[in-house]
Amino acid sequence: MITIQELNEIKQKTLENMKLRLQEDSGKGLHGKHVLICGGPGCHSSNAEGIKKAFKEKIKEKGLDKEIKVSLAGCFGLCETGPNVEIYPDGIFYAHIKIEDIDEIVENHLCKGKIVERLLYEGSLKDGKIKQVSEVDFYNKQKKIALRNCGIIDYESIDEYIALDGYQALAKVVMEMTQQEVIDIVKASNLRGRGGAGFPTGRKWETAYEYKANKKYVICNADEGDPGAFMDRSILEGDPHSVLEAMAIAGYAIGSDQGYIYVRAEYPIAVRRLQIAIAQAKEKGLLGKNIFGTDFSFDIELRLGAGAFVCGEGTALMESIEGRRGMPRTKIYRTAHRGLWQKPTIINNVETFANVPAIIQNGVEWFKNIGTEDSPGTKVFALGGKIKNTGLIEVPMGVTLREIIFDIGGGIPNGKKFKAVQTGGPSGGCIPEEHLDTPVDFGSLGRLGSIMGSGGMIVLDEDDCMVDIARFFLDFTVEESCGKCVPCREGTKRMLEILERITKGEGTPEDIDRLESLAETITNGSLCGLGQTAANPVTSTLKYFRDEYEAHVYEKRCPAGSCQSLLEFFITEDCIGCTKCARNCPVSCISGKVKERHVIDTEKCIKCGTCMEVCPTGAVIKK
Amino acid sequence: MEFEFDWEANEEKVKELKIFMEENKRKKGALIAVLHEAQDLFGYLPIEIQKMISEELKVPLSEIYGVATFYSHFSLIPKGEYKIGVCLGTACYVKGAQEILDKVEKTLGITVGQTTPDRKFSISATRCLGACGLAPVLMINGDVYGRLKPGDVEEILNKYR
Amino acid sequence: MANVTFTIDGQKVTVPSDYNIIEAAKTVGIDIPALCYDPNLEVVGACRLCLVEIEGSRKLQTSCSTKVKEGMVVHTESEKVVKLRKEILQLLLDNHPNDCLTCQKAGECLLQRYAYRYDIKFREHDGARRPNLVDTSSPYILKDDSKCILCGKCVRTCNQVLDRKVLSFGGRGFDTRIVADANFSLEESTCVSCNRCVTVCPVGALVDKRLLGKTRVWDGEIKGVKCKACDYGCNFEVLSKKGKNIAVRAKAPSEGRPLCLKGRLTTELMYLDEPETPYKKEDGKFQEATWKEALGLEGVFEKILSDENDKK
Repeated sequence: MITIQELNEIKQKTLENMKLRLQEDSGKGLHGKHVLICGGPGCHSSNAEGIKKAFKEKIKEKGLDKEIKVSLAGCFGLCETGPNVEIYPDGIFYAHIKIEDIDEIVENHLCKGKIVERLLYEGSLKDGKIKQVSEVDFYNKQKKIALRNCGIIDYESIDEYIALDGYQALAKVVMEMTQQEVIDIVKASNLRGRGGAGFPTGRKWETAYEYKANKKYVICNADEGDPGAFMDRSILEGDPHSVLEAMAIAGYAIGSDQGYIYVRAEYPIAVRRLQIAIAQAKEKGLLGKNIFGTDFSFDIELRLGAGAFVCGEGTALMESIEGRRGMPRTKIYRTAHRGLWQKPTIINNVETFANVPAIIQNGVEWFKNIGTEDSPGTKVFALGGKIKNTGLIEVPMGVTLREIIFDIGGGIPNGKKFKAVQTGGPSGGCIPEEHLDTPVDFGSLGRLGSIMGSGGMIVLDEDDCMVDIARFFLDFTVEESCGKCVPCREGTKRMLEILERITKGEGTPEDIDRLESLAETITNGSLCGLGQTAANPVTSTLKYFRDEYEAHVYEKRCPAGSCQSLLEFFITEDCIGCTKCARNCPVSCISGKVKERHVIDTEKCIKCGTCMEVCPTGAVIKK
Repeated sequence: MEFEFDWEANEEKVKELKIFMEENKRKKGALIAVLHEAQDLFGYLPIEIQKMISEELKVPLSEIYGVATFYSHFSLIPKGEYKIGVCLGTACYVKGAQEILDKVEKTLGITVGQTTPDRKFSISATRCLGACGLAPVLMINGDVYGRLKPGDVEEILNKYR
Repeated sequence: MANVTFTIDGQKVTVPSDYNIIEAAKTVGIDIPALCYDPNLEVVGACRLCLVEIEGSRKLQTSCSTKVKEGMVVHTESEKVVKLRKEILQLLLDNHPNDCLTCQKAGECLLQRYAYRYDIKFREHDGARRPNLVDTSSPYILKDDSKCILCGKCVRTCNQVLDRKVLSFGGRGFDTRIVADANFSLEESTCVSCNRCVTVCPVGALVDKRLLGKTRVWDGEIKGVKCKACDYGCNFEVLSKKGKNIAVRAKAPSEGRPLCLKGRLTTELMYLDEPETPYKKEDGKFQEATWKEALGLEGVFEKILSDENDKK
């Protein structure tokens, strides 16, 4: 069992070793360097481990392994430019690093102090000057609470978490505060659930606290399933202890001694890092019996999902923890009264929990000064799609979509035009250009027909067909519908069939009306949140891009030039007459003489795309 | 496709599963964890193993089948030696993941959810691997290939043939 | 239990406070349509037909899962509710075979009744439909997946008896089906032919195979009888046509009554003019059996006789 003195000793001792990274006194008077490599999901996939090993070997070869530390940290955020490397205390940001580049960085930067300009992140070079990481455009509009430790600490080190005030909030809570006081703080902070719905966390806790029972549970919902979202994954992988600490705080507040983290099996790295973190916390006595010598005990167990999006819904998740099919329960009782195994249960998502220790540490006022009145604090978003800086960002609530997409995200690549931004995944909608100046918070996105959701933000450009995007999300929902209630099971399938027809050019005018009435039925009639929001991708695109639907239906034309069946293949004058396309066409609809431009008979063409694939000069195009 | 379960060849794995069940059967709601273990050990959930789990955990066979067919992670047919997961997350989709998937299917002659007759490859469509910066991506047994074009598929698959 | 008073479709009603709206409505003769609700089974709220409008509540609420509250004002047939109900019924019909003419369930089918009540018609479409899988392996139960509406009553009732639990949902989403064990035929499965599932099925997806082609609900007389095979006294019905008792069927079990094949066969033997051959399952195969074998009476007469002899 750890005491507060011991916790503080670890903190002081570890801080000493982290000075370089924290750029204390701007790095003046510090000896040595620290190479920090991003181990986030994207960079991990592009060999971050290998890069770490190569750095270590090279540094050892140079005999500098005493002065220069190399470590992996959680997601830096700028996935687009990965693998990413930062050198401290200089604050230099290298991007797109390959194993071959490492020699040069070690030789020049680490040995001679000469920055390798060719490998710098392009955003850190402005007007011939080199900017520090913290000053580049991508970062300077961000505000990190949930991601406060990601990219700074070594995710496998509990000591580094402790060094940055980790477990201080838990200590304060269990030793100095009553349950009601903890709840009052969370309530006063107006921390709203970051999983999508934005329910006030404090109220949830209070309901469970007030309900008398011999057993209560705390669940962390880490079943992040939105396609194109990896916020929670990055927190779990980059700063797992922040979640564990918050769960223990929640346990203390409601009177629970058992927590569960329900995490997707598709996140093996997050699972492994959580296992390590739980074992470390138990070993130090920060989880387990009599935490900080009080009579508060709390344990956490991991439960793995098995590939069902619907398990992100609270009651379906509980069914799944109980070992059954993850079908949502009908709401007869509140889960704060009867949840997991019919006991009072609170369930919060990863990002929500990650905010809690910071709020306890810094106070309600600090938190409420960030963000908006309606939605205090920050929100983490996963930026993706047609955007320059694909990555993970955390911004104060209330910044506009335009700031996120153009200032932080760097705008649309390849000179294309912005068309819409999809927020909230399969439960959300598409927001067009005219609403880009909307400040992002729970209420405003809802009023636009979308939702904040868990934080996926996919940017679409002029080449994206909005009908096809709606079809994509409905395809997802149909596949992930649990099948329990009629409107979702039968209705989404019919919607998908209609959307498929329209994108194939077989839609009729009645199909658009039918989509609208189905949307209403599914929204008003479905049992759970997944069903009730399933039609949002369709209703929002119908609202803002109805003309695209109509072009498909009336003119059999896809304005974005994306729907395959509505396109025609065409051979341009770049054709060199090699005959390759004609020879490979399965229906022999291409004619032409050797060394002369070929022609496609569009009547016979089945649009398989083979000609386009085999053409050596790119002369086959779709239009 | 029917796959006969070979008890003899799987003796060690069956033993391992039995130990796992022994350790976990007192845990509440242990079924999904046990199915994970079985899926990892055998690459699928043979009916023979489902029956064994039913007896050991005292869970009706119908419930096991119901759970096994609800979650897409579990499979009733063997997966290939190389499991190809093509990411169909939104970020990958808008960057052309469907064309990558079509190409993989065409090259291997099987569709999503199937396994090649030689049990070498199986394909699944996954939702967001969290590598959106590399979109579109596909994963083969943990190796991630990013920023793909349909033309890259053949060469990648050849590495595993 | 305290009483509460609330208003439903303009009527003031007083009922015990643990009543659901659907139960309370029944007390004043208001029939809220529902396919998955059964007072003897766990409430699941799956069919969504029983959604009603409650004043002050933004969303529609399922009347099977919502308890009445003092002063609550409920509308069971408001425009919004009826529109939604019609759409839901249409979605069900769009995925249901149009064979009510010859369906054994005709006249008793809830889907048929509600489609008529809300004026919903079958219509042509080329979208997906449930696969046409019919399990004819059991001599007692016919399982027709194409007619199933996935209300799950069969699963719930089967799971109420500890040593049965044969039925479950299999698959997910649009492809969900009701399966026996690991998707076995009823013959191969551990099904004991108690027919509990048949008694609760609201449509023609699970029907009593021994009734097929013999009679439908409007054809003859139906008389309730109690089973005499054991002390539970499960309820059965004897169906007769032109003064002849032609079939026996189980009634929905309640108050912990289990229903069983032995009871059903006993009742058949007792009441029917020409009882059909009984079948017994042995090693996963249905075999024709003698009545003695089927009722487990082998050796009983002999035992009685030998007991009598002993006394002498």
